[in-house]
Amino acid sequence: MEWIFKPWPWFIGGPMIALVLFLLLYFGKNFGMSSNLRTLCTICGAGKSSEFFNFDWKKQQWNLMVSLGAILGGGIASQWLSLDSSVLIHPDTIAKLQELNIESAGTAYLPDELFSLEALLQPKVLLILAIGGFLVGFGARYAGGCTSGHAISGLSNLQLVSLYAVIGFFAGGLLMNHFLLPYIL
Amino acid sequence: MRQLIFLFIGILFGITMYKSEAASWFRIYEMFQFKSFHMYGIIGSALVLGVLMIQLIKRNKIKSAFGETISIPDKEKSFYRYAYGGILFGLGWALAGACPGPMFTLLGAGFYSILVVIFFAVLGTWVYGRIASKLPH
Repeated sequence: MEWIFKPWPWFIGGPMIALVLFLLLYFGKNFGMSSNLRTLCTICGAGKSSEFFNFDWKKQQWNLMVSLGAILGGGIASQWLSLDSSVLIHPDTIAKLQELNIESAGTAYLPDELFSLEALLQPKVLLILAIGGFLVGFGARYAGGCTSGHAISGLSNLQLVSLYAVIGFFAGGLLMNHFLLPYIL
Repeated sequence: MRQLIFLFIGILFGITMYKSEAASWFRIYEMFQFKSFHMYGIIGSALVLGVLMIQLIKRNKIKSAFGETISIPDKEKSFYRYAYGGILFGLGWALAGACPGPMFTLLGAGFYSILVVIFFAVLGTWVYGRIASKLPH
C-alpha cells in the first residue's frame, strides 16, 4: 500500500480517470466538469436575465456532488494520502522556472510565487489568477467543454469536434507557455 | 442515495487529480515544455481505455445501473466555436495551471488562492453566456 502515499505514476492516474468516466456513464451521466461553472451562474440568478442560464439547475445536482467530492478528494489526498507533496518535475523545467523567478519549482505542489496567500497581495499575481480563471471559464463554455468533456469524454467517444477543441487547448497552452509566460512571470 | 454515489465518484476523481499531480501548475507547465511523458501518459492511457470502454458499451448495448441504455450525446458539429473557445481555454489553462476539475481539488487541498481562479472562471462563464449570440460559433 506504500505506493498510495507517493505521487501516482501516469499508469495509475490515467486508468483511474477512465474508471471515473466509466462510473459516471454506468450511473447514467456524462463526464464534464466545466458544466458546473454554468450551473453556479444559474444558482446565482443568471437565468433571470439570460436564456443561456435559464435551466433547471437541480438536474445538474449530481454534477455539483461530483465537484463537492473533488473538493473532499483533494483534502483527503493532501491530508492523509501524501507524505511529501513536492512535485518532482524535470530538472530542465526546474532550472527554466528558476530563471523566471519561480524559486519553489521542485519543492512545492503549486508555485508559492503564484498561490501563497502572501503572493495574492501583489496586483500582478492577482491579475494572473483572475485572467487565467476568466479565460478557462469563458473558453470552456465557448468550446462547449474542458479537459474532461473534450479531451477525455469527447475524444473517447471519437468526436471529431473534440479533437478541434483539444488542438485549440494545446495551441493556446503552447502560446501562453512559450511566448507569453516568460514576459508575465 | 444517488447523490451519495456521485459524491463518492467525485472523491475518487479528486484523489486521482491530486495524487497524479494533474492538479499541479508545475505539471501543466512541464507538459507544455514537452519535458515529461507524465501528463501525456495520464491523458493518453485514460483515452485508450475510454475509447475501448465506449466501443464495448455501444456494441453490447450495456445498460446503466438504473436499467436505461447508456447514451452519450454527439457534440454539435461546428469548427469555429471549438477552435476559438479551445485556444482561449488553453491560454487560461497554461496561465492558471488549473482546469475546471482540479480547481475544486486544489480548494480542498487548502490552496485558498484558487478561489480567485474559481470566481473568475464562473465570471468568464457568465460573460460568455451574455455575449454568446454575438460570437462566431
